[in-house]
Amino acid sequence: MAYSDKVLDHYENPRNVGSFDKDDRSVGTGMVGAPACGDVMKLQIKIDDGGVIEDAKFKTYGCGSAIASSSLLTEWVKGKTLEQASEIKNTDIAEELALPPVKIHCSVLAEDAIRAAIDDFKSKAEGKAVQEKIA
Amino acid sequence: MMISMKLPIYLDYSATTPVDARVAEAMMECLTVDGNYGNPASRSHSFGWGAEKAVEDARKNVAALINANPKEIIWTSGATESDNLAIKGAAHFYQKNGKHIITCKTEHKAVLDTCRQLEREGFEVTYLAPRSSGLIDLNDLRAAIRDDTILMSIMHVNNEIGVIQDIKAIGEIAREHKIVFHVDAAQSPGKAEIDLQDMNIDLMSLSAHKVYGPKGIGALYVRRKPRVRIEAQIHGGGHERGMRSGTLATHQIVGMGEAFRIAKEEMAEDNERILMLRNRLLNGLKEIDEIYINGDLEQRIPGNLNISFNFIEGESLIMALKDIAVSSGSACTSASLEPSYVLRALGRDDELAHSSIRFTIGRFTTAEEIDYATQLIQSAVVKLRDLSPLWEMHKEGIDLKTVEWAAH
Repeated sequence: MAYSDKVLDHYENPRNVGSFDKDDRSVGTGMVGAPACGDVMKLQIKIDDGGVIEDAKFKTYGCGSAIASSSLLTEWVKGKTLEQASEIKNTDIAEELALPPVKIHCSVLAEDAIRAAIDDFKSKAEGKAVQEKIA
Repeated sequence: MMISMKLPIYLDYSATTPVDARVAEAMMECLTVDGNYGNPASRSHSFGWGAEKAVEDARKNVAALINANPKEIIWTSGATESDNLAIKGAAHFYQKNGKHIITCKTEHKAVLDTCRQLEREGFEVTYLAPRSSGLIDLNDLRAAIRDDTILMSIMHVNNEIGVIQDIKAIGEIAREHKIVFHVDAAQSPGKAEIDLQDMNIDLMSLSAHKVYGPKGIGALYVRRKPRVRIEAQIHGGGHERGMRSGTLATHQIVGMGEAFRIAKEEMAEDNERILMLRNRLLNGLKEIDEIYINGDLEQRIPGNLNISFNFIEGESLIMALKDIAVSSGSACTSASLEPSYVLRALGRDDELAHSSIRFTIGRFTTAEEIDYATQLIQSAVVKLRDLSPLWEMHKEGIDLKTVEWAAH
């Protein structure tokens, strides 16, 4: 597979590899894909009190473009509000990395991952609000 | 580390091999104006006679390696054409006796797609599932035989996992039931023993470029006693006793003949050395946690090692191993985006099929190359597992089979 230099760079030097504590309330976790399909992405975002993503980490099982898509995504979401982050489109990722057509699904997976992470954070926050009400 | 070897290291000998220098030299003598460039079919002058002699000498060399009569060798463009000619040719000739064919799910596409075509023409095909070792259960084979079975096609050496089917035993079953038996032996010459005086095989496909000969040339063995008939698929000048028309490519044929001559001479020595190198690689990789060898390790050619590295996707591993040339059963390296159908037929989970790498070692592989490759693989596996959420979950003691994945 002939990849762009950007894909190769992210693959060789992946940014923000790692994990946060998924039970931390300031953390949103998105895990998408399936081993049987050949790719699984775990994207985690850490949100500060102002609703801004202060840090992001990922781990990905998948091909080179899946790893590059998730690595790039962690760079992009840092410093963004949840609303801004949710506006990231798979086409932006595919364009930035010049993904070949057969690898577009990797960028779709990355978009799914950030949405899932945001949803996870929001549902945790709602849960917290409900608990506080009860208390 | 001082590297004296040439990078990348070629460990994909089952895909193709470099042409042996001795073979290339013999081929070059059949091309230019000073060489043996005549048409072997020309009967009226010495150019033709010279070329014909070179072709017949090559035929003897090919026949000698498999212990056949030279008259039983038909030149083709390669094993794919031989498979087509054998399967379609026999099916069409014997269809008056029945329309049932038996083959195996792990055959090469040249056999499977040819069988699919025959299905479209009204034949019925049984695709046997092998055992998890990759080997066919002979009881399954016997059970699949029907009164109208006319043809069985079973490969000798599997191209992905290198396992060797018991074609002698299968041949006995075929003969007992008077079924024509075709063997795709593209991967076996020089690696696994073939003795056609001792094996009841009617048709056998051969290739030159897997055994240090050139691409674009192959042969089909067609048994004379008892005689097996096939319908020609390519018509024309009636070359090769009407079974395959077309001007014979002298240089290609001479290359295949020389490659088979060398294979016969050096087979034992080559295989001993290659097996030593494979075991060296295997011992180096055994230290890695969660690896699975695909296919039977004993009944296997010396040069093949097919391993699944659990929790790592094959294409990303190949990218990390850019200094070694290998192939993967991962979907991402195939045009179809499907993981290896061979590994799936063994009952391997899709994720293990996605994680598989085929290493194939050959005549020009060195111990230094194997040691370099081993180190590279070890560090790539560590790097990619650090990156893998599946490895992280495995380490946390989560059984991945119990997880509900958001499949896409």
